[in-house]
Amino acid sequence: MAEHGDYAVNDFAFKVATVNGTGSASANGLLLQALFRMGIPVTGKNVFPSNIQGLPTWYEIRVNKDGYTARSPDFHLVVAMNPQSYARDIEAVTSGGWVLYDNTRELDDEFRRDDVSFIGIPLAGMCVDEFEGSRTRILMKNITYVGALVALLDIDMDVVKGMLQQKFSAKQHLMDANFRAIEMGYSYAKEHYDCPLPIRLESMNATADHVMINGNTAAALGCVYAGATVGAWYPITPSTSLMDGFSDYCKRFRVDAESGKNNYCIIQAEDELAAAGMVIGASWMGARAFTPTSGPGISLMSEFIGLAYYAEIPSVFFNVQRTGPSTGMPTRTQQGDLMLCTYASHGDTKHIALFPSDPRECFEFAVAAFDLAERFQTPTFVVSDLDIGMNDWMIPRLEWDDAYVPDRGKVLSAEELEEAESFYRYLDVDGDHIPYRTLPGVHPKGAYFTRGSGHDKYGRYTEGSAEYMEVVDRLLAKVDSAGDAVPAPELHQDEEATEWGLVSIGGCHWAVLEARDDLAEQGIAMDYLRVRGFPFNETVERFLAEHDQVVVIEQNRDEQLRKLITVETGCPKKKLKSITYYGGQPLSKGHVLDGLAEWIPELASTAPEGLAASGRDVSGGDSESDPATAEATS
Amino acid sequence: MSYITKPVARHPGVPANAIGLTPRDYEGSMSTLCAGCGHDSVTAALIQAFYELAVEPHRLVKVSGIGCSAKTPTYFVSEAHGFNSVHGRMPSVAAGANAANRDLLYVGISGDGDSLSIGLGQFCHAIRRNVNMLYVLENNGVYGLTKGQFSASADIGSLSKAGVANRQGPIDPVNLALSLGATFVARSFSGDKEQLVPILMAGMRHQGFAFIDVISPCVTFNDHKGSTKSYAHTRTHMHEVIETDFVPLKAEIKTKYGEGEVKAVTLHDGSTVRLRKTNPDYDPSNRRAVLDYLGATAARGEVATGLLYLEDTNDDMHSFENTVDVPLVHVPYETLCPGSEVLDSIQDEWR
Repeated sequence: MAEHGDYAVNDFAFKVATVNGTGSASANGLLLQALFRMGIPVTGKNVFPSNIQGLPTWYEIRVNKDGYTARSPDFHLVVAMNPQSYARDIEAVTSGGWVLYDNTRELDDEFRRDDVSFIGIPLAGMCVDEFEGSRTRILMKNITYVGALVALLDIDMDVVKGMLQQKFSAKQHLMDANFRAIEMGYSYAKEHYDCPLPIRLESMNATADHVMINGNTAAALGCVYAGATVGAWYPITPSTSLMDGFSDYCKRFRVDAESGKNNYCIIQAEDELAAAGMVIGASWMGARAFTPTSGPGISLMSEFIGLAYYAEIPSVFFNVQRTGPSTGMPTRTQQGDLMLCTYASHGDTKHIALFPSDPRECFEFAVAAFDLAERFQTPTFVVSDLDIGMNDWMIPRLEWDDAYVPDRGKVLSAEELEEAESFYRYLDVDGDHIPYRTLPGVHPKGAYFTRGSGHDKYGRYTEGSAEYMEVVDRLLAKVDSAGDAVPAPELHQDEEATEWGLVSIGGCHWAVLEARDDLAEQGIAMDYLRVRGFPFNETVERFLAEHDQVVVIEQNRDEQLRKLITVETGCPKKKLKSITYYGGQPLSKGHVLDGLAEWIPELASTAPEGLAASGRDVSGGDSESDPATAEATS
Repeated sequence: MSYITKPVARHPGVPANAIGLTPRDYEGSMSTLCAGCGHDSVTAALIQAFYELAVEPHRLVKVSGIGCSAKTPTYFVSEAHGFNSVHGRMPSVAAGANAANRDLLYVGISGDGDSLSIGLGQFCHAIRRNVNMLYVLENNGVYGLTKGQFSASADIGSLSKAGVANRQGPIDPVNLALSLGATFVARSFSGDKEQLVPILMAGMRHQGFAFIDVISPCVTFNDHKGSTKSYAHTRTHMHEVIETDFVPLKAEIKTKYGEGEVKAVTLHDGSTVRLRKTNPDYDPSNRRAVLDYLGATAARGEVATGLLYLEDTNDDMHSFENTVDVPLVHVPYETLCPGSEVLDSIQDEWR
């Protein structure tokens, strides 16, 4: 019999291992939402293959009463629904944990472990007896394991049933089937096992002011609220759901009631090059236009990005990063495009980039990106990633100020042009490095020729050295001046600086916060700055200067944030230590603690037994997936 | 200095058009192309067409990619907005611009390298998308700016200036446009302004993607004996399938065609295109028959010209997308943003 340690209520992680394409997503969504509605802080991570049907897929749920939302790879329970992945799923359970499996077919002895408990429930068998039709049986098997978990984890049955009623209110037969499946799993678990398990749930009141959403949907909504009218895109994982979201919200809120026509235009382009060209064409006309893509798309768009930079055309690019290089692992997360985005295209270029850490910032930064792009008349990137974009996050409710007015930047109206003595597109009239812009069709005096070839400040073609340099020097000053306009860094620091400072970016934030709190409990304080925008500003410079040692934590192999800091600030490279994780899973606190222990010897000795070793991914995800079938959604 | 302004000189005898402008008002800066370049004749024909249609200069949008052809938008209508984008990618810029502001007149100028090699994909998809624009392909079978390499429109057996024969099959843009569903497909010759101007005018008034392939010889790299895109070859092998006259709305109809069967097509804005067939069997409204006819003329080594296919529809990218009639750039922000109350109700769905 396995030894179960002391488990706190509302503090554990579990995962459901299923087969891609069997409808488990809705069952897992039901689970996640039920916990959220019980008021318990919760996060869900979907670890899925690049495949439509047949390959193993996992859904990870972490509950944490203290509100930590970083991924935890310490699974106390695995719901093993996929015999194909039994070996590694059962291996992934922490010692003293539980395996819930379908014992319609008895588990092979080779999978047995002495240090975990096995909970067999004849899910398939019960569903064959209870339901008609193979598809229904497969779907209801998922709902049956949810029913078993309701008993085993002490999930509030009223909440679950309430959700099913809400979901199937118009489809009585589906509601009946779901209710039967839930009850069946629940009753079987109650009758055959001690319920609840030591890992269990208790209702709390910690999610009242929160919502559960993914970053792509939130970013899409940000585009709607920012007033974007033209979206051009080419489908690519993991950014596709961003345009799906934009399309859905536009259908709801952007259709003219009288004519039934659309106050938006979404163009599915022939490739990413065309998508970028469309965004640039639309933005040139004065529309707020954007494209969602991922790293490979940015590679393809790079020629156009350079044109938009040089011709000074506002344009918004969402890069939902995935694992590179090349096709890489399309369904795994990474922060491998930091340098690609900030310097995309040939020649001297530099771009504004925003780095959201969660869906809330995806929404806010989407709006900010359009304002910045128009104000500085330049490409602007929202650099998200698969984990933020596609996973389910608990975030504080979004807010909207109805007094918001879009910052359209320096655009001359027909009246202003009528009165103007002259207009030159690239002339820095005000000394702020930003010239005035006109929109086609507005006024005869506003016409000018937009070109990616050499031009002088009057907008004329040139091959002259001085005239060329005058313009590109202004461009550099212009983009650099955006450092104070991008979202300010998030600073966690008391008055007196600690010896070590931590710097991170994007979705690393949550693991860093958790690790930092762990260290603080041991009496080790560390200041922390999260970069939220590029170019870096004075706050970043000051933080680097104030700390003797700085550890940069990021999710790529090549220390891209560390390199950016080295290039763009006065901080000596030697002072910057690096912690990188780039295996494709979201960062966990174990990555941070392990990494810090390598740089700071005192940490390794003061850390309690097992601390540094936990919270780190050992399973390796779906490393055994079949290479022949791993292409479909890339 | 590569930027040359033209002196302002008005010929006192030239009448002003309906909006008080003379042809001079539709000119641009001085061409920097080679003397005798076919592209300059196309530019002159465009200027004539804009003048006759009384196009408001600032309501015209000129777009191009990269290459000799792409330079030409600077040589006409200085007071129009122009965009010299990247090689082969002009169609996407035009599509995006048109998506945002459907009220302007879009004229794209491209070349055979720009449209048939690096930009073949974008060219094809602009046709499929039916972007409402006039798309002029200045076709000379050769790369000019990089000094004389064959382009994808070079015919098999056509000789380069160095005497090398092209072995690869040509991409025929007219064939391509027809097979991809273009509703306005024409071919003309830069040396035949009389034919070219009415086709350009009709193309500007056509709803949807209007394509015109203009054989426009390169005097420097592809005008020698043995070239199938030279002035001499085009003149001797040109076969005008159909004569075109364009009659703007409310204009007095005075057709220059006396004899033959005339077919009149009324465009969506009320203007009329009158087509006179040189061959009574030719039917410019039957896509399959046109493809067959063109295949036969090509096999004889002839270059069929004229407004070869015309289908009057109200379709374009916006009708496909069901976009509002008013340009999206004119939709007020208040209409676009659902506001805080809606945000609250959306978030209730996220709980």
